[in-house]
Formats: sequence, structure tokens, C-alpha cells
Amino acid sequence: MTATLTPTGDRAAARSGHVLTGMGTLVRFMLRRDRVRLPAWILGITLFTLASVAALPGLYPAASDRQARATLMQNPGTRAVSGPGYGLEDYHFGAMISNEYLSWIVIFVALMSIFVVVRHTRLEEETGRAELVRSSRVGRHATTTAALVVAFGANLVLGALLAVSLGSLGLESVGWAGSLLFGAGQAAVGVVFAAVAAVTVQLNGHARGASGLAGAVLAFSYTLRAAGDMAELGGNALSWLSPIGWAQQTRAYVDDRWWPLLLPLALTLVLAASAYWLSTRRDVGASLVQTRPGPAHAGDSLATPLGLAWRLHRASVVWWGVAMFLFALGYGTLASEIERFVSEMSVIQDAVAELGGTIIDAWLAIIVLVFAVFGAVFAVLAAGRARSEENSGRAEPVLATAVSRARWLGSHLVIALAGSAVIMAVTGLGLGISVAGALGDTALIGRILGATMAHVPAVWLVTGIAVALYGLASRAAPLVWIVVVYAGVVGWLGQLLQFPQWAMNLSPLGHTPLLPAEAMRWPPLVVMSALAIILIVAGLVAFRRRDVETTA
Amino acid sequence: MTAIIEAKGLTKTYGATTALDGLDLSVVQGEVYGFLGPNGAGKTTTLRILLGLLRRDAGEVTVMGGDPWADAVELHGRLAYVPGDVELWPNLTGGEAIDLLGRLRGRLDPVRRDELVERFDLDPTKKGRTYSKGNRQKVAIVAALASDAELLLLDEPTAGLDPLMEVVFQDVIGRMTQEGRTVLLSSHILAQVEKLADRISIIRQGTVVQTGTLAEMRHLTRTTIEALTVEPVSGLETLAGIHDPEVGDHLVRFSVNGEHLDAAVKHVAGFGLRGLTSHPPTLEELMLRHYGNEVQGKAGAVR
Repeated sequence: MTATLTPTGDRAAARSGHVLTGMGTLVRFMLRRDRVRLPAWILGITLFTLASVAALPGLYPAASDRQARATLMQNPGTRAVSGPGYGLEDYHFGAMISNEYLSWIVIFVALMSIFVVVRHTRLEEETGRAELVRSSRVGRHATTTAALVVAFGANLVLGALLAVSLGSLGLESVGWAGSLLFGAGQAAVGVVFAAVAAVTVQLNGHARGASGLAGAVLAFSYTLRAAGDMAELGGNALSWLSPIGWAQQTRAYVDDRWWPLLLPLALTLVLAASAYWLSTRRDVGASLVQTRPGPAHAGDSLATPLGLAWRLHRASVVWWGVAMFLFALGYGTLASEIERFVSEMSVIQDAVAELGGTIIDAWLAIIVLVFAVFGAVFAVLAAGRARSEENSGRAEPVLATAVSRARWLGSHLVIALAGSAVIMAVTGLGLGISVAGALGDTALIGRILGATMAHVPAVWLVTGIAVALYGLASRAAPLVWIVVVYAGVVGWLGQLLQFPQWAMNLSPLGHTPLLPAEAMRWPPLVVMSALAIILIVAGLVAFRRRDVETTA
Repeated sequence: MTAIIEAKGLTKTYGATTALDGLDLSVVQGEVYGFLGPNGAGKTTTLRILLGLLRRDAGEVTVMGGDPWADAVELHGRLAYVPGDVELWPNLTGGEAIDLLGRLRGRLDPVRRDELVERFDLDPTKKGRTYSKGNRQKVAIVAALASDAELLLLDEPTAGLDPLMEVVFQDVIGRMTQEGRTVLLSSHILAQVEKLADRISIIRQGTVVQTGTLAEMRHLTRTTIEALTVEPVSGLETLAGIHDPEVGDHLVRFSVNGEHLDAAVKHVAGFGLRGLTSHPPTLEELMLRHYGNEVQGKAGAVR
């Protein structure tokens, strides 16, 4: 592509201008298609950030509360799930935001960017719509560039919105300079992952695969900074290998360093250049990495609806199990610090006092409840698989064979019910092992496992609600997420902010005895199991009575 | 002859839209029945009701002596279905999908399966998400034809196939009917129905507008006659059933209704025939007669 090799240099120069022909139209087109989705992402992330930050003064009213939190940051486990731990000597709200909230918020920013790019490039090619566009007067690099422009623009808007909204909160120590840097850091990481996605869509021929690959890079970045921050207070060289680490190392609100943002800028340029170069190495619709062929005949297990359901859910069950186990294992290491932390925090003390039992027991009870919410999320996602199978038209050929409706839906349900139970067990085991290790008491493993499993009937009750709604109408199925989100909010903040009892009772997860802080009570578990069975049967019966809805 | 499918007055509405409006259908054992109509006429809705995937709002229907809604599972063991839009599981290979669907139906013939995979030139080791539309359709066709189902319900089965594969498909369907199986074939590809179907129903806006063998339908419609004569033809307008006559010095062209064909040809022969060509009505023309109003209406609107 060098000009010296081209005899007609002028024409080559003119042609290189043409590779972007139509880009402006494509940008407008993409914005038009994303007119709901992008604002929803941007507003959602901003509101989530604002709500988390606005809750800080309530959680840590006194400087001593914040210093207690700073002590907790001395623990490598805390740093693994939050940030490097700087500004600990005067741990104000600003330091908390950039130490602990940045790494969580940035995951969503990166995901938004990845999805934007993949949706407008690889997904378009995969569905064949790109051919239609490329056959008109559109330059070779116009689509990639337009997608990047849209992603960059979205990140800029998001960064500015974060800066303005945080700055105008008027919170002590959360000033304008720091907020601007915080917003810029988020946008910079978002831009990096947009460029990462621009590369992965060249490598993988499928939108899901390209998103997965970019997501793996995101997970790896998070792991790098987690490892670096764990190893050393303030982070070490490993933290500096991660784009997420770069944003954290701006030390917004503490030291306000802008120069680390040069790193994401440089990486973005390199990645974007690679994406353009790779895209010239392949055909439209093709990929650089070929998919491997699979078996020509089905194995013996693929002979029943349950065999099919297991095949479809297998990867998700395994990954959920592994992720939850590791998460629980990491969280459990906090156990040795928690007593000291709580003894210095008035708000949490009140919550613990209400629950009863020792501080550790109360803490475990709350953590286990949060894990139950995750279990419910898995169960609802697994049950929702039936809906996507139906709507995409993949259920139709199966239901046209000698498989009854009840057996087909039931097979997805078995995975949702058994899978959530297994994931809860694995999570309880992970928490039990690390807490037992931290406190040197092996008897805790069994107690914590039991406390986790006590939530299984409640998780099944949520599954029952999901199935009943789905049985009524495929469209009604997503309503179950209202229940899950409500249970999550009540479970996470209910004890802390002391919600009224009726509000807690409204959550299906609010009736399980909070072991090990509370005593075991069997009746709620029996009632919830019975309700779950009733709802599931109702869902199966209703599904047998309605039309199969194919929207594809 | 045993009726395999018997439907009377089938009605299905979705909110304000009426998909089926009193549809009648009767398919007997061993025949290939063509179910012809444009997109959105209600073909797929009918098939889905016959499969018990949709519930009829009104009307009577039996499939192989059973109620497709109530006896769905039992009936599905004896029939096979190829949907119009075949969607496969992205991470299952085509071969796995064929085996799975065959096993779920309960009657997969492994020898015939491999033979069909070969004949349709299908690579069964590719993942579902990598197949083109045509290849996804082949997967569904092989899965359906490899079973020893008594009844095949095929919804535009060859819409994505190339002409070569279409010939293979026609050949395989021909063999299956020789074995006494019944086929209900929905299509808007007229040539295909013409080649395979013993009887045809033309469906429009949820009702059957015409039913019969191709010959019967042709009888009902016009044949186009073009004749080269020694003497100029005169007096055509006095004959019954003549349409769009174009009379030249020695060349005459007109269409004539089936029942008046004999009289018209005899009349023309009186002027000394030097050449004669006749075109039987194609199904396009049959269709055009039923949708003619719409087609003309639309063309008029453009003009």
C-alpha cells in the first residue's frame, strides 16, 4: 500500500479518499438505529454511578467510618474486587469513587462500546445486510470507521455526562477537576474496547464469537489489574498492563494525573490501525479465523429434549459455576477483616444488631442472600432460553416431532432448577472454604453451605414465576425481571437502609431464614417449594394451551 | 381413498388480522397435494394448525384420524415437517441436528439419512450458524425425509435450493409417494407444484379459491391459440368464450375458455390452417386470474 510501489501515485491518493465514501451517511444511519439503545446505556450507566455515589454519605457519615473502609483496603482481597488503594491516609468520598467504583462502572462502559461496534460491523455482515450496504457507493473502510465514530462519540457523551453529574453533586472532596478526569478515564477505556472489538470482528466470523473474544480481553484486563492491585498497595507493573488499570492510575480526586490517559490513546490508535489492516486481508462476510468442523453424527446423549437442553445450557452452567465459585472464594477472604471493619461502622452495626448473631454471622447471612440473587438471575436466564428458542423458530421443528409441549419446556426447566441449585451449592462451598480458611474453623464450611442451600426454594419460586408468566404469553416472560431486580435491591440494601418489613416481604427472596444469623425455620421453605411447584405446573398447563409464537 | 387431512371452515385470527377465513382442505392418502398461494395467504398458518402449534379459532380438522391439537404428540410420531424458515442451533452441527430431530420423532433410518446427506451434497460437520439459508433447508429436508413418516408437511421446502438440488428433491419426493406416503407441499413456486402435485388448492386471503387437478383447472381456464391461416379469419366475435382476439391478415391470436376450445379451433380450421400453436395455461396464469384484480389494481395505482 506504499505510494512508492504504485506507479500512479495520484490515483492511489484519490482512491484512498474513497475508502471512506458514505461514512457520514452510515454514522447517521447507525445513530438512527441506536436512538433508543445508546441513550439507554448512557443514561443507565450515569444513573447507576450517581445512585452509588449519592448513597456514600449515608453509608459513611463520619470520617472515622471512611477510615474504617480504608483499613479494609489494606486487604488484598478487597483490592482484587475494587482498586489499587491510594489516598488511604485521607480516604474521602472522591478517593472511594476512583478506588472502588471506577473498576465496576468501567465494565459496563467497555461492554457498551464492544456491543456498539460488533452490532454495526460483524452482525451486519453475518446477517447479510452489510452486502446490501457495501454494494452501494460505500468505501471499504466506511463501515468500520462509522462504527468507531459512533462508539467514540457515545463514550465522549458518557464521559462528559459523568463528569458534569458527579461534579454538580456538590459532594465534599468530589470536585470538578477530579470528576472531569474520572469521566475522561471511563471514556478512554470505552474507546479502547471499541477498538478491541474492531479487531475481534475481523478475526471471528460471528457476532457472538467476536463479542465473546472482546469480552475475554475485557476479563483479562480486569484480571491483570486485580492481580497487580492485590500484589501491591497502589498497584504494580501488572496493573499498568491493563487499560482498566490506566484509568485507575489517573488517581482521580486524589492526585488528578492526566498523563496515564496517553496510554489508552496510543493503544486505540494501534488497535484501529490493526483493524483496518486486518480488514483488507479478508472478504466481506469472511473471517480470519475459521470455525472448526464438528461431528457429523450426534452423540448418544443428544436423543431427548433434556439432552438437547443440556447441550444448549452446558457452557452457561459451567461458566456460571466457575465464576460464582471464584467470586465466593475471593469474597470469603474478607472474613478475617470484617469484624474490625464493622465494629467501626455505625450504619452496618445497626443492620447487624437487627439481624442478631455475631458480626461474622450477620455478614455471612447478607452475602449469602446476595448470592441467592445471582442464583435467581441464572435460573431466570435459563428459563428464558425456552422463550428465545420459541421466538427464533428453533422450538418449532422440535415441537413438530413426537415431543410434547410439557416435555420440551420441562427440559429447560430441569436445567434452570437443577442448575441453579448446583450453582448455589458451588457458591456456598467456595464461600465456606475461604471463610473457614480465613477464620481457621472447618465447621463453617457445612454451616455456610447449608445457609446457601436454604435459599434454593426461594430461587425456585422465582423460577416458577418466570415459567408461569412464560406459559401465559411469550411476551409476558420478561416481566419476571422486575421481581429479580426488586429482590436484588431489597437484598442488597434492605438490611443496610432498614426498609420496612412489608417491603422486604414483597421479595420472594425475603422469606428465607437468614442463616447463619437467624435460626432455621422450615415452614417458609416448605411453603415456597409448594408455591414453586404450583406455579411451574400452572406454567406448563398454560403453555400447552397457547399458540407457539415464532417472531422470526 | 382414505382422507389423511380433512379440514372444514378453519378460522384463525390474530387480533384484528384474519389469517384464515373458513379454509377447507382434503388430502387423501398417497397423493402429493399442492398448496399454492402468495406470501401471507395463510399457508404457513394452516400448516401450523395441522401440526397443533397453533390452535384454531373455529372449524373442524383431522389429521390421520386424530385431532392435531389434542393428539399432537401421537400424530407427530407419524409425520415429518419442514418449516419455511429453518433455524438451527448455532453450536450444533447439521449432522447433529438431523440425528436429534430424527430421534425425537422416533423413526430415523440411518442408511437413508446418510444417502440423503450424500444426495443433497450437504456437509454435516458444519456448525448451524455457518450454514446458508439453502443449507439450513437441506438439514431440515434430510431430517424429515430420513424418517419413515406417513405424512410430510413441507412449507416452501425448496425456496433456498439451487435448481440442481430442486431436481434431487423432486426425485426423492417422487420415490416417497411411490411408497404410499402423503405429501402436503406449500409453495409460491408454481413450476415446482406443477411438476409434483396431483391435486392443487389455490389459497388467497385465508380461503381456498380453487381446488382440483391441474388438468381440471386448465379445463376451467383459457388456452391461448395462435394460428397461421390461408384466408383471413373472420367471425371470431360471434363465437362464445373468446377473449382478447388479435386478428391480422393471416395471423390470428386469441384465448379461449376450455369448454369452447373445440368450437373455436374448428372455426379457425375453416380458413385453411398453415400453422397452429396452443399454450396451455400455466399456473402463473391461473394465479393471475385469482389475483388479477389486485395486480391490475396495483398497476393502476402506479400509473
